[in-house]
Amino acid sequence: MSELLEVSDLVIEYHGATVVRAVDHVSLTIAPGEVLALVGESGCGKSSLARAVVGMEKPRAGAVTYRGSEVPLLGVRRRRAQFTSIQMVFQDPNSSLNPRIRVGQQISEGIRAAVERGDEGSQPEEWLERVGLPIEMVARYAHELSGGQRQRVAIARALAARPDLLVADEPISALDASSQASVADMMRKLALDAGAGLLFISHDLAIVRLIADRTVVMYRGKIVESGVSDLIWNDPVHPYTRALISAIPEPDGKGNLPAAPAADAPEEWRMTLPEALDRA
Amino acid sequence: MSDITTPQTADAAAASTTPVLTVDGLTIGIGSRKNVKSIVKGISLALTPGRIQGLAGESGSGKTVTSLAMLGLLPSNAVVGGSIRLGDTELVGMTHRQLNEIRGRRIAMIFQDPSSSLHPQLTVGTQLTDHVKRHMKMSSKQARAHAIELLDRVRVPNPAEALARYPHQFSGGQRQRIAIAIALACDPIVLLADEPTTALDVTVQAGILHLLRDLADERQLAVLLVTHDLGVMSAIADDIAVMRHGEIVESNVRSEIFVNPQHAYTRELLASLPGAAGFEEASE
Amino acid sequence: MRKRRLKIPAAWITPLGVIGAVIAIAWVGIAFTARLWVPFDPLSQDLPRLQAPGIDTLMGTDALGRDIFSRLMTGASVTIPLALMLVLMSLVVGTLIGAIAGYFGKWVDELLMRLTDLVMAFPTVILAMVVAAALGPSLFNAVIAAFVVSWPQYARMTRSIVLGLRTQNYVMAGRLMGFSPFKTLRVDIAPNVVGPILVLASLDVGTAILLLSGLSFLGLGAQPPTAEWGSMISAAIQNFDSWWIGLFPGLAILTVVMAFNFVGDSLRDIFDPTSQVSRAGARS
Ligand SMILES: Nc1ncnc2c1ncn2[C@@H]1O[C@H](COP(=O)(O)OP(=O)(O)OP(=O)(O)O)[C@@H](O)[C@H]1O
Ligand SMILES: Nc1ncnc2c1ncn2[C@@H]1O[C@H](COP(=O)(O)OP(=O)(O)OP(=O)(O)O)[C@@H](O)[C@H]1O
Ligand SMILES: [Mg+2]
Ligand SMILES: [Mg+2]
Repeated sequence: MSELLEVSDLVIEYHGATVVRAVDHVSLTIAPGEVLALVGESGCGKSSLARAVVGMEKPRAGAVTYRGSEVPLLGVRRRRAQFTSIQMVFQDPNSSLNPRIRVGQQISEGIRAAVERGDEGSQPEEWLERVGLPIEMVARYAHELSGGQRQRVAIARALAARPDLLVADEPISALDASSQASVADMMRKLALDAGAGLLFISHDLAIVRLIADRTVVMYRGKIVESGVSDLIWNDPVHPYTRALISAIPEPDGKGNLPAAPAADAPEEWRMTLPEALDRA
Repeated sequence: MSDITTPQTADAAAASTTPVLTVDGLTIGIGSRKNVKSIVKGISLALTPGRIQGLAGESGSGKTVTSLAMLGLLPSNAVVGGSIRLGDTELVGMTHRQLNEIRGRRIAMIFQDPSSSLHPQLTVGTQLTDHVKRHMKMSSKQARAHAIELLDRVRVPNPAEALARYPHQFSGGQRQRIAIAIALACDPIVLLADEPTTALDVTVQAGILHLLRDLADERQLAVLLVTHDLGVMSAIADDIAVMRHGEIVESNVRSEIFVNPQHAYTRELLASLPGAAGFEEASE
Repeated sequence: MRKRRLKIPAAWITPLGVIGAVIAIAWVGIAFTARLWVPFDPLSQDLPRLQAPGIDTLMGTDALGRDIFSRLMTGASVTIPLALMLVLMSLVVGTLIGAIAGYFGKWVDELLMRLTDLVMAFPTVILAMVVAAALGPSLFNAVIAAFVVSWPQYARMTRSIVLGLRTQNYVMAGRLMGFSPFKTLRVDIAPNVVGPILVLASLDVGTAILLLSGLSFLGLGAQPPTAEWGSMISAAIQNFDSWWIGLFPGLAILTVVMAFNFVGDSLRDIFDPTSQVSRAGARS
């Protein structure tokens, strides 16, 4: 197969006082140069899936394969160079930067990973520019940055490692609309130019529609709708996808609050509609 | 600074109550003695009971720093000028002990990064009930019931069970909702909400927005809503201030901002909305 | 690039911290130079016996006609360097063990932590006495005994910090980039452990001095005629009427221990995010 990433029948569970099944038999693939978006309700298992893809979470069942070989669990051992081309931008920009190391040096670590793999080197300043930050920020510490700036530094670091597969977990949620557009666009361009795959997690369908080739909608651990982004946006089939699109607040200045779905969600959101899957 | 438009008098009259929190000519600089970087350059805002004041603006424009200043939570190398008054009490220059009385109890804040307001090694239940027991003098049992009710209002699934879990056992959006619950736990009179819904999908977001609107309407909570999401702004903010480079470039009632933006930057912001022409261009 | 300079933010400077630091530095200075300037040889017995404090013998003489002031000052050069060395040894060994246990987890953790539990289950002084008695009374053995009981607290603390850090996203990000375990410990973990460990160490200097003098007092540490504070106090017991023999060494111990505790406390305020004005402050 020519797929870059293949997730097959993945199950992730958390065993605590109760068993939480965060991801429930999910399969998806990403080809080189493809942007796949993963959207869904808060708590539906998007981050769990992302962590499993990079090897931070042990699958209960199913497998994650990257270029034909299974992604090893990220243990205490050093990760083999073959897998350092998988990078992740974490959902919480705050804890994803080391508080005691300057921004520039953290980006340099990404660059070093790329060089060790035999890719070309680069300068931290270049990456800061790409994510729209002034180059003086190399000398800053994470706590001296705003939320959106931190998020962009985290993106810069991941990109500096020149990943072939980038898993970006809500990478631009803290940015204002114009930076969102430019950063998302830049990520997409980089992925396309380098032939890399991008798994882009977001809850914002409006952005997703613009940068993703295909979109996967998850609800309570399961995929409820998937296929070409435009199709899903323009003609959602699954009731949950419809609710997701209609709850986007319209920025018209009229003060219309989108109706909030009842606390206990409608039963129909859980159903599987075969025609909603793999829409092309 | 030159072209600040003042709120329309018609609407200002409708909100007859006087502001609870007034920010006047606030300046904030951060840095060592010789090298202070000016971050907020003289902004003025007023939070009125029952109204939601939106604060929009570019990333890095000083929104978070402004709201941290209202709680006295800036780093120790920050220099604050101007005035922040809660009722008649001046907050600028207060000691930490005095501020501690006000923080959490009268002014609560939902932080932009929910993880920073949650203690990683305490269960969610402990964090919610400690707070309530201390400030509202409730028994453990009452506090627990109160906590469950709060978690339910912010739509955390299985609230009773959630109390026993630690923050890292929740998803990003769930943590954000828990942080909202903690902020609301002690019935504050002013709520500073810094990007309260960024980690939430739109359906859950709609629930939180309803909650904020209800709190403002029913309990006369004064809310400062910091968000870059103009959709959210349009949905619940009564007044909107637009910030850029540490200054408020435009401030007006909601409808005016959206329909009749005065400042070039406000227009630019509106143009960059998803779906608007500017956005499509940028992503081609 | 920015110039690196040691700058101490004003908020860190507390009166007690400054007093503590001055006294501690003075004692350390005395410890390393005392032999050069004390008026009498601390071991020579040619002064009048049991002479009360006066002009030529500032703190009087003991039962053998030795100058207490000279003995006290040179005593500093016995106890303080040994205490510092003891703390350093415990710090290095304890931190290393704790870091390894916390980072590698599983059976490594289990094994190392059982070991520390074992040590910590005994009362410190009793265990130190047992070890010192078993090795034979000498100052060197007292240090070994004190070391045996004091490293586990460093291991405990480091382990719990490392456990918390191990799952931090930035540590994960480093691992994804192919950091070796050693590099992760050095770059992502160590810098965040240093602060709390430093606090513990400075508080521990006082404890170490008490422990070493205590062992000498019991006759398990310094042997006569060495000038050591604990053994000086113990000698005072035989001459109860001559208050100066015991008082001055007692005061010496008191001031050193207090000084290091003040320093430790103010360091704690600096490093501990919860006692500082931080975002976490909003919780309380
Ligand atoms: N360590 C854990 N222990 C127990 N339950 C967990 C743990 N981590 C996550 N969960 C639960 O698993 C579910 C999925 O979590 P996940 O973080 O994958 O959600 P998400 O889709 O990323 O949501 P969000 O958009 O809010 O970030 C949630 O219900 C969460 O409460
Ligand atoms: N401790 C600090 N030291 C130096 N500069 C700082 C510090 N904290 C914040 N800044 C700078 O102040 C500016 C305003 O930061 P602030 O966090 O208020 O932005 P924001 O408007 O909340 O942005 P965002 O939407 O990205 O969160 C930023 O340019 C930031 O880099
Ligand atoms: Mg998530
Ligand atoms: Mg901010």
